[in-house]
Amino acid sequence: MLGIIIGVGAVIAMVALGRGAKAQVQARIASLGQNTLMVFSGSINRGGVYSGFGGAGTLTVEDAQAIEKEVSGVVAVSPEVRTGGQIMAGNNNWSTEGRGEDVDYLSIRQWDIAEGSMFTEADVRSAAKVCVLGKTTADKLFIGEDPIGQTVRIRNVPMKVLGVLRAKGVSMMGSDQDDTIIMPYTTAMKRFAGVTTLRTINVQAASAEQLTEAQNGITELLRQRHRIQPGRDDDFMIRNPQEFLEAQNAAAETMTALLAGIAGVSLLVGGIGIMNIMLVSVTERTREIGIRMAVGARGRDILLQFLIEAVTLSSIGGLLGIALGVGGAQLLKILKNWATLVSPDSVILSFIFSAAVGIFFGFYPARKASQLDPIEALRYE
Amino acid sequence: MKPVIQLENIQKVYHTGEVDVHAVQGVTLEIVRGEFVALMGASGSGKSTMMNIIGCLDRPTEGKYLLDGTDVSQLDRDELADIRNQKIGFVFQGFNLLARTSAVENVELPMLYTRQRHSGPSQRERALQALKTVGLGDRAEHTPNQLSGGQQQRVAIARGLANDPSLLLADEPTGNLDSRTSVEIMGVFQKLNDQGITIVMVTHETDVAQFTKRMVVMRDGKVVSDTPVINRLNVEIELGRLQQEHKAAQLSS
Repeated sequence: MLGIIIGVGAVIAMVALGRGAKAQVQARIASLGQNTLMVFSGSINRGGVYSGFGGAGTLTVEDAQAIEKEVSGVVAVSPEVRTGGQIMAGNNNWSTEGRGEDVDYLSIRQWDIAEGSMFTEADVRSAAKVCVLGKTTADKLFIGEDPIGQTVRIRNVPMKVLGVLRAKGVSMMGSDQDDTIIMPYTTAMKRFAGVTTLRTINVQAASAEQLTEAQNGITELLRQRHRIQPGRDDDFMIRNPQEFLEAQNAAAETMTALLAGIAGVSLLVGGIGIMNIMLVSVTERTREIGIRMAVGARGRDILLQFLIEAVTLSSIGGLLGIALGVGGAQLLKILKNWATLVSPDSVILSFIFSAAVGIFFGFYPARKASQLDPIEALRYE
Repeated sequence: MKPVIQLENIQKVYHTGEVDVHAVQGVTLEIVRGEFVALMGASGSGKSTMMNIIGCLDRPTEGKYLLDGTDVSQLDRDELADIRNQKIGFVFQGFNLLARTSAVENVELPMLYTRQRHSGPSQRERALQALKTVGLGDRAEHTPNQLSGGQQQRVAIARGLANDPSLLLADEPTGNLDSRTSVEIMGVFQKLNDQGITIVMVTHETDVAQFTKRMVVMRDGKVVSDTPVINRLNVEIELGRLQQEHKAAQLSS
């Protein structure tokens, strides 16, 4: 009984832990944006020295527009330019990374504005001096003030703050995603970076299934646009961040399975405990079995009676174990701040499993009881 | 009269180790409806084996046993269980009631294992009726440890009657009871017999057997005498006599 309680409790708590880890990974996938691809500008080789990705400056705004128009499965595109610098606001200043993006960037990244508003298509076309701030940047620059409508200065260019982004937290690479300033990519190109090429193009596909199709379409389109001969390397690189996360996801699942396996062993031990209890019970109640048989119980009736008792025993153990497991998971969450997630299916599954343990380990003693000879059983002291 | 029990040349051999034990060696016996038979004999005479066979707890090695016109000598375990359930009521020496279970639930026990459900009164009502028959209508909710030995044996008799059996089979029913209670229990049996119930009782006490109508004595696996009881004892008179003795004992002390 205790074995079943501990076993089921352990299964629930362990699975909850594993699921929690998995949910965390999935939350990161979600924070990255759904079904996104990142197209990086390729590296450049100058006299044998390679630059890193993004260095070649091979991607243009026209490339981005062509991807949006021509590649099937693509629903949104945002050209990206990076710039950085010291941002001043009143007496405060803060150094952060600035991004030039299109309006669609927020929908690609599944990000929203917490206060104020995003810049518009018109702002992008006119390279307007407007921006939205990440939560961290807004907090550093405007202590106890409402940033909306204020002006910040980057390299002496005044920019009007239109909105503040919802806090997004730490990225899977460990950097603070909220420590940023986002402006129209046209503004970043003309007024800060002074470049005509893009570092990255963020692309969103309509669905996860269409990611590969979109990836192939983009490769084909860009090779064609960049006039790359067959057999030559691409001058750009497409990265699918989900692939990386799926590996992490798989690792989390392996952990869940491992933990559940260990807990399953204790459930097995609990089952053997049930079998022992039932064997003792059959011996102790031999006389009762004899009486029942004498008044007309068939072997099957006795078998059923003891099976039901075993299942009842293990099910009660299962219920207590569920309480223990859910409680334990909550405790881990509160005390150790571990991510845990008690899922209904793990609860149902372990309950069914504990009942099955009762049937499996109860069967041998029950069968033993049902095969007793009524004469012997009645004479038993 | 239609026979309830017809035994033809019943033999029972136990194979224990190297020796074969012939517990019963060719018993032929007929018991008709309404009889009250005492099956007697010393230990080792084969009377317990006979009772097991008559009670359908065991099968004869050889011979034919017709119970209520049905041949039960070659039925399997499950079929014997059904026969026991339908046709035989057991009363044991050690009462054999389920502890922690009320009297009325003990009486209901055989009904739990009945395949065809009875129409008419509910299980509970029939169990209560059986308890009334043995004079325990007011003790239905008591558990065995709240009842005296005589009362426990009455519950056991009520349980034996629960499914309206053709035969009530009692194995040393007074063995664990004092003489006064023994007489009372025999009174219950006599009353039931007067209502037409066939009773076979295994005993080794001659004075208990004197309450029955017919005595069958066994020795070494064979029936050695089969006689009607002359000078059958009457329960009322016996109880009166016991009371007198009791008084006399009290006066003299």
